Amino acid sequence: MAPHTEQLTRPAVRLRGLTRSFGGRTVLDGIDLDLPAGQFTALLGHSGSGKSTLLRAVAGLDQGVAGSGELSAPERVSVVFQDSRLLPWRRVLENVVLGLDGKDAYDRGRAALEEVGLGGRERAWPGELSGGEAQRAALARSLVREPELLLADEPFGALDALTRIKMHHLLRELWKRHRPSVLLVTHDVDEAIALADRVLVLEQGRVGVDLAIDHTHSRDEYRTRLLAALGVTEDPA
Amino acid sequence: MTAATDTTTTTDTPNTNGSATPDTPDTPDTPDTPTTPDTLAAPDTPGVSADPAAAPAGTAPAAVAEETRRVRPRRRLSPGKRLPAARLAGPLVFLAAWAVASAAGQLDPNAIPAPWTVLDTAVHLWTGGTLRTDILTSVERAAYGFAIGLTAGVLLALVSGLTRTGEALIDGTVQINRAIPTLGLIPLFILWLGIGETFKVAIIAIVVYIPVYLNTHAALSAIDSRYVELAEVLDLSKLQFVRQIVIPGALPGFFVGLRLGVTGSWLGLVVLEQINATSGLGYMMFQAQNYGRSDIILVGLLIYGVFGLVTDTVVRVIERRVLSWRRTLSS
Repeated sequence: MAPHTEQLTRPAVRLRGLTRSFGGRTVLDGIDLDLPAGQFTALLGHSGSGKSTLLRAVAGLDQGVAGSGELSAPERVSVVFQDSRLLPWRRVLENVVLGLDGKDAYDRGRAALEEVGLGGRERAWPGELSGGEAQRAALARSLVREPELLLADEPFGALDALTRIKMHHLLRELWKRHRPSVLLVTHDVDEAIALADRVLVLEQGRVGVDLAIDHTHSRDEYRTRLLAALGVTEDPA
Repeated sequence: MTAATDTTTTTDTPNTNGSATPDTPDTPDTPDTPTTPDTLAAPDTPGVSADPAAAPAGTAPAAVAEETRRVRPRRRLSPGKRLPAARLAGPLVFLAAWAVASAAGQLDPNAIPAPWTVLDTAVHLWTGGTLRTDILTSVERAAYGFAIGLTAGVLLALVSGLTRTGEALIDGTVQINRAIPTLGLIPLFILWLGIGETFKVAIIAIVVYIPVYLNTHAALSAIDSRYVELAEVLDLSKLQFVRQIVIPGALPGFFVGLRLGVTGSWLGLVVLEQINATSGLGYMMFQAQNYGRSDIILVGLLIYGVFGLVTDTVVRVIERRVLSWRRTLSS
């Protein structure tokens, strides 16, 4: 197992020669990567390219997976999953403050819900929320822990297109306000360009493309490049 | 508008092949959508006529379809609104039938005495006889056995569900215990514990703990591993994990076991008190049998029934409160 130690100096996440394999198949093949503190990074790749494996390794969720390498990540890491993963038997506010202690936990939870636009829904059951609302609550649950690193594994993959656009704005806003380092795993090229300052493409277990995004620049160029890196040519029309 | 009327109306159209049976599927999708989208079905399927509800016969199908497009109400698959006092309705009808038959002299009063005779006997036994002590003795046995069985079932399920060692030691043992009919243990338990109260409580406890254990353990093992992962990500302590995820996640299964256990405790009691007792409701009924007093037997049966109904209702009410987050068919 790779050590999961705290590092006080920058960068926020540091990977050296990170290797992971499942049943003899190498999924991550000696990845070297630094994620500076406060940077919004998107990680693209085909299904099965190892995006989620990388994220789970950084999250410390890969006990029992064969691998080697050096890995350091901050102490406070929050994860947002593709499903909201709210406990159906706890009300929304209780889900947000799950595992927090301290007298002000509920106040902080309420503030976080307010921030994601769910003020007033504290007493709702998760089953009563829409998909977008549930994912907002999941974001609030991550934020309330004041993470230094926010890991998001296709957090908007199950949402409809309109809700997804709203969530993009929300996530970008929250990031600007709280400035955690973000590693967003996605298969959506447009989402990656719209949200991130840096886009990585994972190819055969290695970082194939490492692209800095300038948001004043035209998105089409990035899009073409990233799609090409993913082996997709845009429709001839 | 029901499906049946819709389909029968369609049979008086140019179509001839489906005339005999009203529910013959003319189109492959008829069973699901009897009045299928009028606009779509009418032109291309000769078997189904234009909107049967609104179109007068003879009008051009296409024109009608344009005008009368409306939302077809979906077939309700949930049972619908609950009837008032639904759970009492059946027993009350039964009671009424019993009373009417007795009053009409249709029942042999020695075999099945009238309800008022039974009531009279009950009052008599309560004021002048041993009914109070008998009830108290029975309730005490059931309560002790139930409490012990419930505690044991929950604790064993928790240990077995949360630790691999516990699972290895406990689960197989309980499965074997389950395969042995508990009432078959009575002779052995009498030899071990004597014919007093202890063995009765022990048997009831065994009858109760098995369903509680089985259902709680099954629910524990079925807790979604995604929630376990969530607990890891949120750095929950073992205690928080059990309190926030394990116990609430296993509660639905626990309640299934609890209701079976409650019923089981009364069931065990009836058997024990009729075979091996010198007091209690079952003993009272056993004595009544010797004297041919069917009214006393019925009093005993009624009390057992009322106890069963009341305890089950109590468990249901608690269940509905505790599991209010679940929205199910019964809500």
